[in-house]
Amino acid sequence: MEENILINEKIVDDVAVKLLQLAVTELPRDVKEALQRAYREEESEAGKTQLKAILDNMELAEKTRTPMCQDTGVIIFYVKAGAQAKGLDKIGYALRSATRRATKEVPLRPNAVDPFTQKNTGDNTGRFVPFIHWEIVPGDSVEITVMPKGGGSENVCVLGMISPGQGVKGLKKFVVDTVINAGAKPCPPNILGVAVGGGADIAMKLAKAALLRPLDEPNPNPDLAKLEKELYEAANSTGIGPMGLGGKITVLGVKVEYAHRHPASYPVAVAFQCWAARRASARISSDGKVEYLTHKVT
Amino acid sequence: MATYKLKTPISEEDTRKLKVNDIIYITGTIITARDAAHRRALEFHREKKKLPVNLQGLAVFHCGPIVKKENDKWIVVAAGPTTSTRMDLFEDEFIKNFKIRVVIGKGGMGKKTTKAMKQYGAVYGAFTGGAAVLAAKAIKNVKSVEWYDLGMPEALWVLEVEEFGPLTVAIDAHGNNLFEDVQKKVEESRQKIYQKLGV
Repeated sequence: MEENILINEKIVDDVAVKLLQLAVTELPRDVKEALQRAYREEESEAGKTQLKAILDNMELAEKTRTPMCQDTGVIIFYVKAGAQAKGLDKIGYALRSATRRATKEVPLRPNAVDPFTQKNTGDNTGRFVPFIHWEIVPGDSVEITVMPKGGGSENVCVLGMISPGQGVKGLKKFVVDTVINAGAKPCPPNILGVAVGGGADIAMKLAKAALLRPLDEPNPNPDLAKLEKELYEAANSTGIGPMGLGGKITVLGVKVEYAHRHPASYPVAVAFQCWAARRASARISSDGKVEYLTHKVT
Repeated sequence: MATYKLKTPISEEDTRKLKVNDIIYITGTIITARDAAHRRALEFHREKKKLPVNLQGLAVFHCGPIVKKENDKWIVVAAGPTTSTRMDLFEDEFIKNFKIRVVIGKGGMGKKTTKAMKQYGAVYGAFTGGAAVLAAKAIKNVKSVEWYDLGMPEALWVLEVEEFGPLTVAIDAHGNNLFEDVQKKVEESRQKIYQKLGV
């Protein structure tokens, strides 16, 4: 039987380094377009100035292949592993080694700190860092997504265990209050991931993963698509604006996810992503072919 | 809204003509200082020790830059602003004692700093959070690094800049604070949003 070359650690390592480099230097097309549209639509002068600076910075980062923000985040991977793919046990190791290499080569800011000793490991790896979310899917290919997640937007993520009696109304109020409390802190305009149900851990996991859905892809469920639009309009009526300096563009998009819930629980999680909404994905086929899904690679 | 290009040393008169929402670009010398450098500078002042740099008329940038050394020369790779509220503890005394004229950062500052800016003639310039490449591009030269024992991000970097900006004047020398104004308006909008959502 012909050997499946997907197990090649080197391919995974190289692809992950490339993904990290792409993610921190170039925003995906949907985010770029949303920021350009935000600049056209923003009416406040202060807000427009911020968006212009964001666009200029984005172009400069792409052109010079420099990280667009000095905070290159904590590294999170999402892996969709084909059940028939061989060598899946090597992927975790390869992703850690790729993170170390990218930290030196790109470079990335070392952002993995021991919470007790406050010591920075210096290479962006540590206990559960990078964290890898695994999903087993049919097929023999492997899809890897990286999300370098900045600290400013992470610090305002909130989980609320609201009363089931309040239901969807409670959810909406919670989201509005959370956006207002966050204000300028998460470097708006933001993307919001909102998830309800599942339990405390699952709600936040779903909210964060929802940030990966492209901005131009509304929820496939029409009711949830409507809710996303409603929350988007509500957040953009707060007046917080780009960088909290006032304006109508506070969020670029809202992504809603849900899971069924315990009758007594109504967990609502709100995950924030800053304007530097960095992500990059690639698919490695069983024949070793690599296809980049979020970025053009020449 | 007007745009001003300022050269250091900046005079009190220069800062008094600025109003919130104006845009400024700075050419000349700026220093970076975060919590630790602020604390040490004020200690120096209390102990009547001379600072390594005369800060009068300069701008202080709340920033922990990524700096690399190439052929014995420091090069700033990325230099976005950090959250300024942490420096509220020190900034009023900093402005009073060292006569700095512009504070650069993100997220705005509180009442104590706003009051000091009004009293002594200084402004807060908001720089776009995360716009680290834009900032690094305007930094032409690292003149010196002081207090490197505090670590790379906390050290006092003395930087030569050219048209550093755009900085939105978010606190002026007349007691106006754009972030506070926005917060008030946001609070007013809250009930309207609740109503529209039917919550």
